[in-house]
Order: sequence, then structure tokens, then C-alpha cells
Amino acid sequence: MSSRADVCVVACAEAFRGDGEILAAGIGGPVTVLAARLARLTFEPELLTHDGTCLLTGDVPALGEAPGVVEGWLPFREHLWLVLNGRRHVMLGASQIDRYGNTNISCIGDWARPKAQLLGVRGAPGNTRCDPTSYWIPRHSPRVFVPSVDVVSGVGTDRGAFDLRRVVTNLAVLDFRTPGGTMRLVSVHPGVEVDDVVAATGFELDIPDNVPRTRGPTVEELEVLDRLDPERLRDREPA
Amino acid sequence: MSAEEVAGTVESGMTIGIGGWGSRRKPMALVRALLRSPATDLTIVSYGGPDVGMLCAAKKVRKVVAPFVTLDSIPLEPHFRRARQAGEIEFAEYDEGMFMFGLLAGAHRLPFLPTRAGLGSDVLRVNPGLRTVRSPYADGEELVAVPALTMDVALVHLNRADARGNAQYLGPDPYFDDLYAKAARRCYVSCERVVENLLKEGPVQSLLISRSMVAGVVEAPGGAGFTSCEPDYGRDEALQRRYVETPWEEFDEQQG
Repeated sequence: MSSRADVCVVACAEAFRGDGEILAAGIGGPVTVLAARLARLTFEPELLTHDGTCLLTGDVPALGEAPGVVEGWLPFREHLWLVLNGRRHVMLGASQIDRYGNTNISCIGDWARPKAQLLGVRGAPGNTRCDPTSYWIPRHSPRVFVPSVDVVSGVGTDRGAFDLRRVVTNLAVLDFRTPGGTMRLVSVHPGVEVDDVVAATGFELDIPDNVPRTRGPTVEELEVLDRLDPERLRDREPA
Repeated sequence: MSAEEVAGTVESGMTIGIGGWGSRRKPMALVRALLRSPATDLTIVSYGGPDVGMLCAAKKVRKVVAPFVTLDSIPLEPHFRRARQAGEIEFAEYDEGMFMFGLLAGAHRLPFLPTRAGLGSDVLRVNPGLRTVRSPYADGEELVAVPALTMDVALVHLNRADARGNAQYLGPDPYFDDLYAKAARRCYVSCERVVENLLKEGPVQSLLISRSMVAGVVEAPGGAGFTSCEPDYGRDEALQRRYVETPWEEFDEQQG
């Protein structure tokens, strides 16, 4: 039996397929961290993964465990170097995202006097301009999928994004592979209908005639996930 | 020196750089001394954490220059948020990599350094002081010209220092403390322990900051708390949670 979170982790892992010897970086929560580690342990063995602080891990430890083998040092200044070199595929979060993949983590409302101050833009401008970028959004809703974001932190396809790969949510997988670079529905997760995704999205989506189901984990992938996350922390993330 | 003596050198209106990252190795003993000093109207340059939050809560801040303000394990900083939402402070927003280039420019006495980070984003809209520059080479690429981040005073906390001001980090990440030291007119280092021989403590490459860049050393055991100072101690998560949940005046009083 696989859970919705398992489907989401696999869909996030698929974002790293074909990346080769670059850093697969999650944003810190179980789903994106597991995705990078799962991809490395199965179909993308050359990937680099890190421990969430400043080590490149030589082996692939379970969540919350230290690596047994360290293969590199990655303090923050090296992270920032990796970003400029495009040798990193990052899976970011977003409080708002629009049809072109512009995202906001800075603040909600008027920038001069926000209704809700969030983090600040962090590394999103540089990540999206210089690196392959994907997003993991655990709660797909019209509050997140908005017609226009209040502050463009991460740039979208209409503002010079380097390579926006995919958006994985608790409902579906989306990408930007349309002639206009607009968001397209790639697959819906088991138990989700296309209409559910449309209702949860505050702008017009590109929807192909036949929308497949997001694939679930293989037996091997489930075994890896259970070893990396025996307490199933991943199940707490998708809404 | 004492933390109070360091804070006594800070005048109202100055620009203060603060080392560390988020809620990691922040010079909190020096920040707390600054809270109790008369200086106000400060510009704070920081990869921001509770340093920025506390100074905002104490109404010391005119302007924050930062790519983020976060407590790491608690994503949003409550006092910075409140100050922003009340319109009490100015905020110059930077991308993380842009910010490093600003420090590098400041440290190398350059007026700016170019980067792609920021192009296309609203950083250039909400931070209208930023300019772009065109590459003079065949590529002709337009880039962001990140202005030097310079400061009157930088405050950093490291694991060890000697009495002359050479300072050493023993944790896994130097953050950008050496760049703050180099980009500021004066840098003050607090440390867990002042020692005579730094090479007894760690390898030569752990010597991050030279005394030639340091105006004074403060011995402050636990001086980064409640933020982390690996390997001497991790973050005090319980105290950080109390900081978030307690009204500022009450928390400040409890901390003495």
C-alpha cells in the first residue's frame, strides 16, 4: 500500500531524472529530501545529495541521521557558487505561484507595508535564473495558485527562468512545456480528478485531452522509502 | 573588551553588519549589549535571524538590508514581521547570492560586482537603488551591479580567538564572517574562549579572521545563544520557542 505522500515523493524524485552529477537539493522537509535521496538510490545514481547543513553525503542516510561517509564540504558560500554555476537542481517551496511559474516567498500584500511579511526572497531569484528549478507545494489551492504573485521572488518562464522543470503538489504534477511557457497539467495523483485540480487553481491551466495518473512507487522504491523514513514523516506534509 | 564597551562605540545612525546566518552563530551577547545602549536609527546588514528581530523589537532599527530573516527551525521571525507589517522599518531586499557579492565587493574595496541573480525578479523593483551594468566584452550581457555592502561596524561570534584578535571557527561553516570583518570600518569579535595558542584548538585553515581586521575581542562563553555555535553547542530550541511565544518586553526582562 502506498500513500499520497509516497506518490508525491516519487513525483518529486522524477524531477531529478536525467540530471547526472549535480546537486539535488530539497528545501528541508521530508518530501523533497526523500525525493533527492530516492532518485540517487534508484534511477539517478550519479546525483550529489547533502545532509541539510554543509556536507555532501558519500552514502545516503535515513532522515535525521548523519552520513556514514562524507564526500564533500558545502558551506553556504559553496552553495552560492553552485547556484551561479548551474550545477544544482533545487526543489523550492512557494507561498504563491502564477501561470508562468513566477513565485513569491517574500511577503503578501503591498511590499511597502505588507499584510504578511514572509521570509524575504532568499535565494529564489538566483536559483531560478541560473539553475534548474522545481517546486513542491504541499497544499494546492487558489490561495497559492494565483493569477499574479505579489512579489516575484523566483522568476517564471516569462521573466527569464533558466529551466523550470516541474511543479509537484498534493494533487498533481504540472510543468511549463507549452509554446507560451504556461503551466500544464501533466498528471493527477491516484484518487484525484482533473476537475479537482482546476477548482484548486486560480488561473487557466493547459490541460491535454488525456491526463494520465501519476505513477505510484515501485516495490523497490517503497522499500527504499521505508528504510529512509521508517517513521513515515513524509505522510505529514501533503495537505 | 566587554560587550558593553563594544556597544558603546556604536553611534545612532550607523550601519552595523552582523555575522552568522539565520539562527546560527549570531553574536547575541554583542546584540544584547546593543539593545541596552542608547544607539538608535541603525541600518542592519545581515543574513538575518533573531539579531534582526530583537533589534527591531527594541526599536533600534531604521533599515534592514537582508535576503531573509528567519529562525531556521521556526521559519518566520515574529518581531521583524511585526515591524514590517507596521511599516516601522525600511527593508532593502537582496537575493542570497547578490548579498554575498555585495560583501565581496565591500571586502575588496570595489564599488560593485556583477551577477545574474536578481534579473527578472522584483528585487530590482522593490530595491530601486540597484542598477544594472552591461558586460564590456563580446557577450554584452546585462547583469545586476550589486553595490558594495560596507559598514561602520561589524559584529561576529566565533569559537575561539586570541587576545590580539585572531579568530577561529571550529564548526562546519564559516558563514560569511570574514567578509563582514573585511567590509566594515571596524570589526568586533566575540568568542566562546580566548586562548593563547589557536593551533592547539584547530587546524590552521580554521583561522578565519586576522587581527589586522579586528578592533576588539570580547570573551563571551555562550555568547551566540540561543542560536547555534557548533561544535560548542547547538541551538537552544526551547529558548528560541520561548522567544517567539513570549511578548518581547517580558522575554527581554527574563534574559536580563
